[in-house]
Amino acid sequence: MAAPIKIVPRLAVISALLAALALIFAWVGGWLTPARISGAAVADVLQAANGKVFPGYRRAHAKGVCVAGHFDANGAGVALSRASVFARGSVPVIGRASTGGGNPMAPDGRNVFHALGLRFALPGGEEWRMAIDHTPIFVVSNPIDFVELQNASIPDPATGKPDPARIAAFVGSHPETAAFLDYMKTAPLPSSFANGPYYSINTFRFIDAKGTSRMVRWQFEPEAPFAGLDKTTLDKEPADFLFDELLARMKRGPVRWHLIVMVANPGDRTDNATIRWTGPHRQIDVGTLVLDRASTEEAGNCRDYNYDPLILPRGVAASDDPLLPARSAAYSASFRRRAIEGPKTDAITVDHRKENAL
Amino acid sequence: MSREPLRFALPARMLHWLMAALILAMLLIGAGMISTTTERYPHLLAWHRPIGLAILVLALIRLLVRLTHRPPPLPTDLPPLQVAAAKGSHYLLYAMMIAMPLIGWAMQSAGGYPVTIWKGFTLMPILPHDIVVYGFLRLAHGLLAYAFFLLILGHIGAALFHALVRRDGVFESMTG
Repeated sequence: MAAPIKIVPRLAVISALLAALALIFAWVGGWLTPARISGAAVADVLQAANGKVFPGYRRAHAKGVCVAGHFDANGAGVALSRASVFARGSVPVIGRASTGGGNPMAPDGRNVFHALGLRFALPGGEEWRMAIDHTPIFVVSNPIDFVELQNASIPDPATGKPDPARIAAFVGSHPETAAFLDYMKTAPLPSSFANGPYYSINTFRFIDAKGTSRMVRWQFEPEAPFAGLDKTTLDKEPADFLFDELLARMKRGPVRWHLIVMVANPGDRTDNATIRWTGPHRQIDVGTLVLDRASTEEAGNCRDYNYDPLILPRGVAASDDPLLPARSAAYSASFRRRAIEGPKTDAITVDHRKENAL
Repeated sequence: MSREPLRFALPARMLHWLMAALILAMLLIGAGMISTTTERYPHLLAWHRPIGLAILVLALIRLLVRLTHRPPPLPTDLPPLQVAAAKGSHYLLYAMMIAMPLIGWAMQSAGGYPVTIWKGFTLMPILPHDIVVYGFLRLAHGLLAYAFFLLILGHIGAALFHALVRRDGVFESMTG
């Protein structure tokens, strides 16, 4: 029998085939391309920029309260999207008001994003989720820049603060980030979660019943008259003043916003959330968001949802904005991590308990 | 005494090769989608759920076919350790084919996500919303996926060992 001589090359062929398969798997999974940015990599850099991990909390927008209510569609949105939410009628909504930043115990008096996560429960188990901010623009236009900016913001172990030179270097080479920082500095910060607008940030695509596709952005315009905070005295405000104001306001009655959908003009950038759409646009008021209940995360039912902006119903789709898939992937990574860590009691509940104990 | 079949029944062979393609695609889609923040992430995720559901349905059909059709016997000269490995690995493969889609469905339910197969078709949740349960199931889904891939590598290696080294007809019982 000549078999022993032949077996070795045959085993080598089998091994090579298995190794090739393993290599393909490794390449697809990103292990051979460390520069590829995963959702987990975004969560990593957010943790690093936070200075530490706060187990059980979101890696960004860590502090928040729950809100709930409904959306009353006036039917006008049907002209733009076949989404069932736009047909005249009402759907239940839950959500979470939050402030930007990764420290769940941070005081409210900071010049940061005021944000709203929303979950519209549509018929047939469909959902529309969104995560919207009080600024019409975002700080960077793509995930590579986002990671670079967060990297530049990692606190220096010696000082406990980010190195200003690194941030200045990033801002110097990114005029859109400079423009955003200028906006944050000069634009008034709403004095309540209830009296400011919220913007879609990214561009989305609406598809109507005929299959016509249109690029849109949207904003929620408050019925409550706008008032701005005095930014010079922000750090003198009580730790939870914004969230406590919202909780108190909703005890008195519901808060309303009009959902205004803006259709892109030819030439509007759909792939860059740092650039505003200026000038006249077709704008349609498609209905009213009515929030009539607010509670702490501990008492409410909003914390354990992921307000992933790519959970979209029929009639709404993603645009070519590279931030959208990155937000979706990063939110999921943050959700995975805080899920396995187990949710922790929110700052407002902790502070209320302390006050009651006094 | 009835004659032992030389090959797997035709439905078993068709299901095997169809599912081989789907499962390999599924493992690559899963590994690929969590590796990126580009538009490949939502695109791969959109494929992951319908293919997962297809694998679950096919796996249940396959289990029925396996229970109603006698597979060809292993070669009588196969060493007992290899017989045990063959039998054990096939139980594990069936368990994975059925468990992985179920864990995926269950974890998305527990995570409070809509289980969207495609836009407009959402499966009902099979677990109540519980983020901690989601956390553990999500971890299990990922770890079991790596284990499944290793199991499949072992399966392919053993099949090729039968085809190229032992040349005992086991490989042909599925290809022929």
